[in-house]
Amino acid sequence: MTHNVSMTVNGQQRTGTVEDRTLLVHFIREHLGLTGTHVGCDTSQCGACTVMLNGRSVKSCTILAVQAEGAEVMTIEGVATDGNLHPVQEGFWEEHGLQCGFCTPGMIISAIDLLNTNARPTESEIRHAIDGNLCRCTGYQHIVKSIQWASNKMAENAAAPVAGGDD
Amino acid sequence: MVATAPRPTYIGQAMKRKEDPRFITGTGRYVEDIQLPGMLHAVILRSPHAHAKLVNIDTAAAKAAPGVVAVYVGTDIDLPPLPYAWQAAGVQNNINSPRVLARDEVHWTGDSIAVVVAESVQQARDGADLIDVTYEVLPAVTDAERAAGDAAPQLHENAPGNLAFRWECGNREGTDAALAGAEIVVRQRLRNQRVIPTPMEMRGAIAQYNVGTEEFTFWLNAQAPHVHRLLLAAFILGVPEQNIRVIAPDIGGGFGAKIFMYTEQVLVGWLARELKQPVRWIETRSESHTATAHGRDHITDIEVATTSTGVITGLKVKTWANLGAYLSTVAGGVPTTLYARMVAGVYAIPNIHVEVDGMYTNTTMVDAYRGAGRPEATYVVERAVDLVAAELGMDPTDVRRANFIPSDAFPYDTGIGMLPYDSGDYPKALDKALEMLGYADLRSEQEQRRASGSDTLLGIGFSTYVETCGLAPSKWMGGEGWGAALFESANVKVHLTGKVVVTTGSMPHGQGHETSFAQVVADRLGVNIDDIQVKFGDTLGTPMGYGTYGSRSLSVGGEAIVRCTNKIVEKAKRLAAFQLEVAESDIQFENGRFSPTGAPDTGMTMADVALQAAVAYNLPPGMEPFLDETTYFDPPNATFPFGTHIAVVEIERATGTVRLVRYVAVDDVGNLVNPLIVAGQFQGGIVQGIGQALCEGAAYDENGQLLTGTLMEYAIPHADSFPMFELGHTVTPSPINELGVKGAGEAGTIASTPAFVNAVVDALAPLGIRHLDMPLTAPRVWAAMQTADADNAKG
Repeated sequence: MTHNVSMTVNGQQRTGTVEDRTLLVHFIREHLGLTGTHVGCDTSQCGACTVMLNGRSVKSCTILAVQAEGAEVMTIEGVATDGNLHPVQEGFWEEHGLQCGFCTPGMIISAIDLLNTNARPTESEIRHAIDGNLCRCTGYQHIVKSIQWASNKMAENAAAPVAGGDD
Repeated sequence: MVATAPRPTYIGQAMKRKEDPRFITGTGRYVEDIQLPGMLHAVILRSPHAHAKLVNIDTAAAKAAPGVVAVYVGTDIDLPPLPYAWQAAGVQNNINSPRVLARDEVHWTGDSIAVVVAESVQQARDGADLIDVTYEVLPAVTDAERAAGDAAPQLHENAPGNLAFRWECGNREGTDAALAGAEIVVRQRLRNQRVIPTPMEMRGAIAQYNVGTEEFTFWLNAQAPHVHRLLLAAFILGVPEQNIRVIAPDIGGGFGAKIFMYTEQVLVGWLARELKQPVRWIETRSESHTATAHGRDHITDIEVATTSTGVITGLKVKTWANLGAYLSTVAGGVPTTLYARMVAGVYAIPNIHVEVDGMYTNTTMVDAYRGAGRPEATYVVERAVDLVAAELGMDPTDVRRANFIPSDAFPYDTGIGMLPYDSGDYPKALDKALEMLGYADLRSEQEQRRASGSDTLLGIGFSTYVETCGLAPSKWMGGEGWGAALFESANVKVHLTGKVVVTTGSMPHGQGHETSFAQVVADRLGVNIDDIQVKFGDTLGTPMGYGTYGSRSLSVGGEAIVRCTNKIVEKAKRLAAFQLEVAESDIQFENGRFSPTGAPDTGMTMADVALQAAVAYNLPPGMEPFLDETTYFDPPNATFPFGTHIAVVEIERATGTVRLVRYVAVDDVGNLVNPLIVAGQFQGGIVQGIGQALCEGAAYDENGQLLTGTLMEYAIPHADSFPMFELGHTVTPSPINELGVKGAGEAGTIASTPAFVNAVVDALAPLGIRHLDMPLTAPRVWAAMQTADADNAKG
């Protein structure tokens, strides 16, 4: 049986016809052609498929496309705005938080979700927050530093005077 | 006159990577991201049995299923078995390599039986479920030692006793004599368990065939695309090499597992030609666990002869290397050249003998995995040294110092057939690591804890390792059973606009070649790094090279690039001298500028010269236009990185949980081109090596079922298991390449496994435990402590 689904993906209204069994990750990759979201396992261990669903990170292999009906979805392709990298993306670049890049989209989404809910996480909180995202290249150390870099940058941005201020 | 600003020096800078923008924005392009018009999808039916005869395969229902285009079984496909490219040298190899689909018999759970091609991958999978196979199940064997002999289930007619080869190196008589005459002999069995490589991107293959031109294009996540083209053309498909183009797009990690020729890669090519449509196959994670080559899996008995002062006089090693059901592409070289010839480690051991039995079993094929042989060798010798220290009640660092190859002895021949170690200074790395650690204080703390009966045991473990990278020369490798060369290639072009394009036979899959190679070229040619593009991964546009593995990219591939730049500078200097009307000997090349001696701010930049070379209006007589140079670099020797790694662990007495609390590593990989990238290689490598020590391990049941078939059962390390590592370096440049580099991709993995195990055993030593096999999971450590407590209670 097929279903018509409709959702907002990276700010755009997107529709498609899917099977009952179509996972959100397959809808994103195959129907929408957004291949930045990756499939790294069959069992929801690796986190390479992590996307934002209504503002929280989810593994898009754990839900069906039909369950995302009407939802707001953000994939890695929607993280940068107006050509400006998100501080977490900048952090991964600055601190060498990636090697092969395959886990990176999911890691970045998980990190954004962490910093949205805990702006100044400890190292331990960061390591715990990305526990559901596997990376085989980096040994995680530079990923942790990337997220710390982003946390600092976001704090600086928040503290910076708004345009037109005295400074 | 305005002074020329000094040009930045890129080599040695921790530059952020040029390749990263595409990966952090989701615009990297991996095999699975590629869509071709009319592309069909292949799914492979795999054997659920480890050993069985195929009595009947009924594909009728599958062929009739919706969307299914074709179904094939082994007898439909007339192709030879896959090539076996690296034999155990100088001995008979009883060769059995896999066929694209099995014909009469399957030999491991995961062996390929049939392929279903459909319009969608879901339809192909549904079709595969409808194939009805009748099996006659046969007994299976998964353990290499138990596979030996006539009584075990036999896999292949031409390999009695399941022996693929028996190989030895070193001095048997001398070693036996050293053992017989030794003051003390230490013996131990060591299991280096089987691990599953687990790159985050699974394997994939797409093939397209052009009926008119008879040309194939393959998209493969292959660490050596040129080697794949060669093997596909000359050994399997039997088509002219020029009719095959292999494209390797972005690759999501490899760790060795993507070096090899796999049956699925051949199959998509055969299907594309047969069906006249592009065909794609993408592995699932479960398939990756059963059908992508595994690593390690050695059972090893060691005997160490030592004096009472810890001077090792002999080392005898017997290893059963489990190679799986067939021989994978380079399976013969890993437990021989890359393992046995490296068991001396950093020690001057006068008598060594190693015998290796390469064994067939009903398991997934085993081949090179990050470090490939050197981790197994390092594990043997670093455990051996610690066992000697424990036996003699000596500090493990003292035993190491008593046996180190002296710093003035390089180049050094270990006497077991390895190339001479190029350079080294082992005490220096150890001293630096001990200082970073604060060794004396930590030992005091350990004594205090032991004295107070603390319920958290503290252990300190060492690994003073050496490994070998950039294997070469080709002639030597030929003598080692390798079936081809091992040079690396590069081409450097300076275009009319002054922009530089570098093409290389190296094939990065996470290592950052686009950055570190560009740093090298920027310095050598005196151009801005943003004006340099490094390209790879397409046999059509890159010179023939051997790819990326064995930490060879910079020491071999980087040197090929350096030699191209040397040729370009030489030609550019001739051109500049001609146009500036001065003698060539009076031209200096500094800060990116060719200028007459004494007038450094005049003359021509590299871009000026490139323009002149490209427009070719005014060239020296006989000079060809354009700055365009190619090099095939075949090194005179391999390189031998080394260092000291120290793991500090705590073990909960109540639960057996092992926690890594500190990790200090001092590595010497020669000169560093990009310290940030090197740090990343070490951090990742250390975690991968500790993964084997702590939590990873492929497990089979007695019937040959893989019990760790998904990431639910196979534990790779997570972020919360590690502290921040403390990394340092010593720098002993390699004399065999101009960059003075050695290689950094595998040393972390090679060093960390024994450091971690040595730390755990050190923590448990007061209980009388002298060895534990990996992985050191909480249940295993807890059980060992329970047994030891019971034994100690008996007195």
